[in-house]
Amino acid sequence: MSRLLLRNGRVVDPSQSLDQGLDLLLEDGHVAALGERLDAAPNTPEMDVSGLVVTPGLIDIHVHLREPGFEYKETIETGCRAAVAGGFTAVCAMPNTRPVNDDPSVTRFIRERAAAVGLCHVYPIAALSKGERGEELAEIGEMVREGAVAVSDDGRPVMNAQLMRRALEYAQSFGVRIAAHEEDVDLADGGSMHESEVSTRIGLKGIPSAAEEVMVARDILLAELTGGRLHLCHMSTRGSLDLVRMARRRGIDVTCEVTPHHFMLSDEELAASNYDTNWKMNPPLRSRDDVEAVLQGIYDGTVDAIVTDHAPHHADEKALDFADAPFGVAGLETAVSLALDRLVHGRVIGLGQLVRLMSTRPAEIFNLPGGTLKEGAPADLTLLDLRKRITVDPETFQSKSRNTPFAGIQLRGAPVATIVAGRVVWQAS
Amino acid sequence: MSNERLKSLRSKDLVGIAPLEPGEIQLILDTAEELLDIARRPIKKVPTLRGRTVVNLFMEPSTRTRFSFEVAEKRLSADTLNFSASGSSVSKGETLIDTARNLMAMAPDFIVMRHPNSGAPHRLASMVEASIINAGDGINEHPTQALLDAFTMRRHLGRLEGLAVTIAGDIRHSRVARSNAYLLGKMGATVRFAAPASLMPLHAETLGVEVHHRLESALEGADVVMMLRIQRERQGNMNFPSLREYFDFFGLTPERLELAKPEALVMHPGPINRGVEIDSAVADGSRSVILDQVTNGVAIRMAILYLLSGGHGEPTPAS
Amino acid sequence: MATKQNNSGLVQILDRAAMKRTIDRMAAEIVERDGGDVVLVGIHTRGVPLAERLARVIEASAGQKVRSGRLDITLYRDDVGPWRPAHEQPLLKETFLPDSIDGEVLYLVDDVLFTGRTVRAALDTLMDYGRPRAVRLAVLVDRGHRELPVAADVVGRKVPTSRDEDIRVRFAEIDGVDGVWIGRETADVE
Repeated sequence: MSRLLLRNGRVVDPSQSLDQGLDLLLEDGHVAALGERLDAAPNTPEMDVSGLVVTPGLIDIHVHLREPGFEYKETIETGCRAAVAGGFTAVCAMPNTRPVNDDPSVTRFIRERAAAVGLCHVYPIAALSKGERGEELAEIGEMVREGAVAVSDDGRPVMNAQLMRRALEYAQSFGVRIAAHEEDVDLADGGSMHESEVSTRIGLKGIPSAAEEVMVARDILLAELTGGRLHLCHMSTRGSLDLVRMARRRGIDVTCEVTPHHFMLSDEELAASNYDTNWKMNPPLRSRDDVEAVLQGIYDGTVDAIVTDHAPHHADEKALDFADAPFGVAGLETAVSLALDRLVHGRVIGLGQLVRLMSTRPAEIFNLPGGTLKEGAPADLTLLDLRKRITVDPETFQSKSRNTPFAGIQLRGAPVATIVAGRVVWQAS
Repeated sequence: MSNERLKSLRSKDLVGIAPLEPGEIQLILDTAEELLDIARRPIKKVPTLRGRTVVNLFMEPSTRTRFSFEVAEKRLSADTLNFSASGSSVSKGETLIDTARNLMAMAPDFIVMRHPNSGAPHRLASMVEASIINAGDGINEHPTQALLDAFTMRRHLGRLEGLAVTIAGDIRHSRVARSNAYLLGKMGATVRFAAPASLMPLHAETLGVEVHHRLESALEGADVVMMLRIQRERQGNMNFPSLREYFDFFGLTPERLELAKPEALVMHPGPINRGVEIDSAVADGSRSVILDQVTNGVAIRMAILYLLSGGHGEPTPAS
Repeated sequence: MATKQNNSGLVQILDRAAMKRTIDRMAAEIVERDGGDVVLVGIHTRGVPLAERLARVIEASAGQKVRSGRLDITLYRDDVGPWRPAHEQPLLKETFLPDSIDGEVLYLVDDVLFTGRTVRAALDTLMDYGRPRAVRLAVLVDRGHRELPVAADVVGRKVPTSRDEDIRVRFAEIDGVDGVWIGRETADVE
C-alpha cells in the first residue's frame, strides 16, 4: 500500500469551496483524507508543503503532442515531461497528428504510449472528420470506446456547416463534446496575424476577427439547433466572448477556453518583435481591446477554462520567414506562471477561480477524472509556490521545442511539484 | 529633427521607410542628386565600391528592380552576384538562416533582397553583418521605389512638403503604396489612396492617408498621380469583377486627369498595363515622368549603397 | 559655419592683404605659363573660392573669360568605405565642369597641398570626365609631408610644418574672413 502525507499545505479546491491550511493523505492513488493534523499509519512518507499551495492536478484540455508523425517537434514522452514540469497532471491530445487520430488504432496507440511513459494522464481527442478533411465523419464511437474524451478537427476548421451539424448530433450518443477550432478559412485568406491597424502598419496579411466570430456564431446556432454540446477552442476576440454570453443567456450548452498568450499579448507586442515568428499563432494575437475582453471574460466567468494550445514546432520551421513559418506556441511550461502572475498577482481573479479554470472546469467540460481533492478522488495534485520568481528560459524546457514569445520575461508564481496517482512525477530543482 | 543636416544613416540596413527619420530621407535624396551626374559622363563609373561585393538575392521575379540595382552597383564598381530563387524549391523550405549562412560564406558587404513575404529582410538583417537593402518584401515595403518616386517628384516640382499625391490601384497588395505613404507623410505631403474598398487595406487611415473609394474625388487638385499596376491574376478573384470594369471606373484617362492640377505629374512604378489602370495617351503624355523614374531609380540606389558603405557602429566624435 | 577668430594656439601667417597678393601672383604665374585660355577647377571645399578668385584675376589681366569649375572627389577618395573609422560617409557635393574638358589645359586648384591623396583622387575623377591636354596643380599653401609622388606647378606659399600641426585657410565666401593660420587647435573648422 503506497502512501504520501502532505503536511501544512494551503489546500485550494474550488470543487469543495476550500481554501485553508490542511494535511492531505494520499493512499493507493487516491485522496484518502483531508484534515487538520492528520494521523497516518506508521512509516507513512511525509512531505512538508508549508508555504505552498496544494491544488487538484491541473488539466490542460488543449495540447498538441505531435506523436505519431511529428516526433521531431514533440513526442508523447517529451510532451508529458513538459506537462508535468508545467504543473499539469493531465493533458488532452489534439488529433492533428500523422496519421490523424481518426481511427481507434491511433487512439489506442496514444493511450498505450502515454501509459508506458507513465508521467501524466493523456486523454486523446478524436478527429471529427476522416483525415480532418472536413468531408465525412470519423468513427467517433469507436474512438470514444478506445478512450477518446472529445471530438475535434483542431487546427483545421470544419468549414462545412452540415458536417458540423451532424457531428454535434452524432456525438450525443457517446456523451462527448465537440471542440471547435473557429476559423473561416476563406476570410482568414492565408493571413498570418490579426487584421488591424497594426497589420496594415507592418505589412503582414491579416486574419480578421470576423473569421473567428462568424464560425463561433454558426456553431452556437448549430448547438442550439441540435442540442449538441459545444466547446469553443481558444477564444480570442471580444466578439467571440459576447457570442458566448448570448449563447449562455439562451441556455445553449456551450463552454469555451482561452490561452495565456491571448490574455498576455496583443498585436502591438507582435509588431515590436520585428517579425519574430515566435509571435505567430492561430488564432493570432489580437488587439489590446481583445486582450482586455479576454481578461474580462476570465473575470466574469464567461471563460470556462485556461488551456495552453501547446503547439511545439522545430526551430527550423520557426526559422522560416513570418508568412511561411507555422502557427503555434510551446505553452505547457509557461502557462501556470503566466496565469499566476497576470491573473492572480495582477488581481484579475482569486487563486480559487484560477484553479477552477485550470482544473475543476476542464475536468467537467470533457468529463475527465480529477479536478477535485474530495476523498476518493484521484491523487493528482499540483503544488504551487506563489512567491517564487522565475525568468522564462526556453533552453530549460522539457519540451523538444522552444517556440515561445515569453523568453526572458520575469514572472511571479510557479509550480514546484506535480503528483500523479499519488506519485511525485516532477519536482522543481 | 533640427536644421542640422544629417550626415549618415542610423542603421546598417535599409529595410523600410517606416524606421527612417525625415533627415535620413533628405540625405538620401540629396546624395542621389549628386550621383545623377554620373549617368551623363562619358565614363559612367566611379571606383567608390571597388572590391566590395553585393549579392542580389531575388526570391521573387523582378526584372526592373534587379536591373536598376545592378546598374547602380556596377556604376559604383561593386562586384555583383545574382542569386535568384523565385518560386523554386530553393525559396520554399530553405530557412532564412540557411540562406543567410550560405550568403555570408561569400562574404558580401551588401545583400539586396526581394522576398515574397513581409518581414523577411528585417529578419535577415538581424542575422548577418552585411547591410541588407530591401528591394521589396511581400506586401510590406519597397523603400527604394518610394525614394525614387519622391526624388522624381522633388526634381520636377521642387519640393515634397504640401504636395497632394494620389495613389490609385491595388493598394491592399502594394508595398509601393505603403512605402510611399510612409515617406510622403514624413516629408509633409498629403497622400490620397484611391481604390475600391476590396483593394484597400483595412484601416488604411492608420498610414496617415486620405481614403477614397472613387478615383475622381482623389484626383481633384492633385500634384502627382501615381497609378499602381493591377495584377491580372487578381481579377475575378473576389477582388474586383473584371479588368474592363476596373478601367471603366478606376483607369486613368485623359479626361479624369483633367481633375488634377494642370502641371500634375503622372507616375507609375511599372510595368504598365496599358488600358487596365492607365490609358496609353496618359502614360505616354507630356505629364508622364515614368521614364524619369527609371533613371532616377539608379541614382537613388547608388545613393543608398554609398551611404550604407561607411564603417558602422558608434559614430566617433568629430576628429 | 561659425568660425572662431581667436583659436588658442593658432598663429596667423597670411592676412587678408597678403593672401590677396599671393593669389595675384599665382594668377600671374598661370598666365605666364599657359596664357589665359585655361580651365580652373576648384576642389571642394576651399579650392572652389580659390579657383574663382584666380579666374577673376586672370580675366582682369588677360581680358578674356576664364572658365572655372568645381570638383567633388568624394567618390574617388581612398578613405571612404570600410576604412573610415567614423560611422559617417562624407557628404557628396556638386561637380560642375565645362561641357567638355577634352584637349583643355586644366588647373586643379586647392587651398592646401599635404599628403597628395586628394590630388590623386582629383586626377582620377577628372579622367572619367574627359581627356584634357594637360592637368596642372595650383595650391595656396604647400605644407609638405607628401605620401604620394605629387608636386604642385603653382604654389602660393611654401610653409614648413610638423605633421601634427594644422594649416587653416579661410575664405570670406565660406568662413567670413580671409587668411591663413598655423598651429594646433581643437575647434572644428574644416
